[in-house]
Amino acid sequence: MLDVAVRQRLGNFVVDVAFQGPAAGVTALFGPSGSGKSTIISAIAGLRRPDAGHVRLGDVTFFDAAAGINQPLHRRRVGWVFQDARLFPHMSVRHNLLYGFRRAPAAECRIGFDQVVALLGIEPLLSRLPYALSGGEKQRVALGRALLSQPRLLLMDEPLASLDAGRKAEILPYIEKLRDEVRLPIVWVSHVLDEVARLADTLVILEHGRAVACGDITTLLARLDLFPPDSPYEAGALLTVRVAGHDNGFALTRLAFDGGELLVPRLAQPVGERLRIRIRARDVMLAGSEPPDLSALNVLSAVVEEVRMADAAHADIRLSIGKAQLVSRITRRSAERLNLAAGGRIFAVVKSVAIDGRRADPLPSTDVDIRPK
Amino acid sequence: MLLTPAEGEALLLSLRISSVAVAGSLPMALACALLLAHRRFPGKLLFDGLVHLPLVLPPVVMGYLLLITLGTRAPVGAWLLDTFGIRLVFNWTGAAVAAGVVTFPFQVRAMRLALESIDPALPSAARSLGASRFDAFVTITLPLMLPGIVAGAITAFAASLGEFGAIITFVSNVPGETQTLPLAIYSAIQTPGNEAAAARLAALSIGLALAGLVLSEVAGRRAQRLIGR
Repeated sequence: MLDVAVRQRLGNFVVDVAFQGPAAGVTALFGPSGSGKSTIISAIAGLRRPDAGHVRLGDVTFFDAAAGINQPLHRRRVGWVFQDARLFPHMSVRHNLLYGFRRAPAAECRIGFDQVVALLGIEPLLSRLPYALSGGEKQRVALGRALLSQPRLLLMDEPLASLDAGRKAEILPYIEKLRDEVRLPIVWVSHVLDEVARLADTLVILEHGRAVACGDITTLLARLDLFPPDSPYEAGALLTVRVAGHDNGFALTRLAFDGGELLVPRLAQPVGERLRIRIRARDVMLAGSEPPDLSALNVLSAVVEEVRMADAAHADIRLSIGKAQLVSRITRRSAERLNLAAGGRIFAVVKSVAIDGRRADPLPSTDVDIRPK
Repeated sequence: MLLTPAEGEALLLSLRISSVAVAGSLPMALACALLLAHRRFPGKLLFDGLVHLPLVLPPVVMGYLLLITLGTRAPVGAWLLDTFGIRLVFNWTGAAVAAGVVTFPFQVRAMRLALESIDPALPSAARSLGASRFDAFVTITLPLMLPGIVAGAITAFAASLGEFGAIITFVSNVPGETQTLPLAIYSAIQTPGNEAAAARLAALSIGLALAGLVLSEVAGRRAQRLIGR
């Protein structure tokens, strides 16, 4: 369990944030620049001393202002992956990887060199110098270097921000493998909702130095107050689904979730694999009765849980379908016409093509610890 | 071009004095460069000025200042002589001190520039990987500033070879002890009929200076390659 409470004054800007993250899983710190993310990272890593608060990981205390504990940066063993890789330019990839490995306490070496090299696919790069690597390669090496320092915690500071879409797609599967195979607490800092939705278990939403919300990502993404129409982020609920079958004739895939099924364009994932998909609120239409002759393939019977007049034009509706939740954004006029109120029954209509299969992300199929020994 | 034994002696003496001057002042130059590049402290501007003073002060004045502090009857000089039996005046070690002081700013400048060009995030990254501050300095900062250290040392060495004013003022012109190449050239010019010797020594100086410049370039390139730029 990662337990962070940080208070720091920087001129007129005050960061005052407290949150807790799981012992194995991804906690995302999410917010625009200037929301206090870097202050929290510095406090966790030990680069800057907060004015007050504490940083604890399990039974290890990194920092406790009240108790006067402040472990120095190099003793915390926080695997810090930076936006710009920060590889040592005078060392080969191999020596970069070994830098932390050689300084880790021998008793705590549980992540092996060969495993990391294999996990990240960096074998062919070992003898190269950093300047000869592409952005994605650099980031993979940086990740490997952090892992090999046998960290207690991985701190990923916008590790994809400096990469283009292609390079992001190249490195994301490695990070997912890492999340699932090396069971470490990971703090993922990002201002990109897609990244966070894809990877995080716990979400901490930051704004102006405060934590606006903190908790399970599925719950938070279904909340109507956090992503209003004027928010820079697209509202949409997260659905955990299982591949139930493929219809090769029409090139469709059936996805089952707690409460129903969705048809989406054919996915590559095999039957049985678990995925996470985000369904944007504006892609969910509502109908008072089951509509006949509709092109949309997904018509789901739902219960209205909450109606929120988001602004003059929009209404946001939270729906439950079995145990799953969806968010719908419609006009206020439609909401009034449909006479929506909490507890009412409604039909949610989702166009199959609105769900982008390429953005569906594999989840671990088992919870077995397959950490490299 | 053959040198007389006395001229050969002057050449060797010059090389020795310059080597000792550079090697002796290098650690202090590094300390000053670190202070100036990374620390803020009251009086930093004044300290910066003092470090760079030898660049703009007439060398004779530097020699004079050394004489009134390190001369045998001056406070520090007398103490050195009484305590350690070290006498700098009229001694080649004194010439090395003079050359080291005068060329000190060359080293500090080059090192400071090298330090400031290093991404300060790199040592932090090293520390997050388990390296102590000192460890990170030795394994990351120092190797990355190597081109600057090398360039500064070679420049200081070349400048030491040519130092005249401070040496002649502080330790005088003693053949075989403090008579470096420029002093030997000066003596040769002063002595009627020694024009050939003056010309030979001057040619030698030019050769040394050129060799220094070429070496500096080569070493700089090699160091750059070593750190992977």
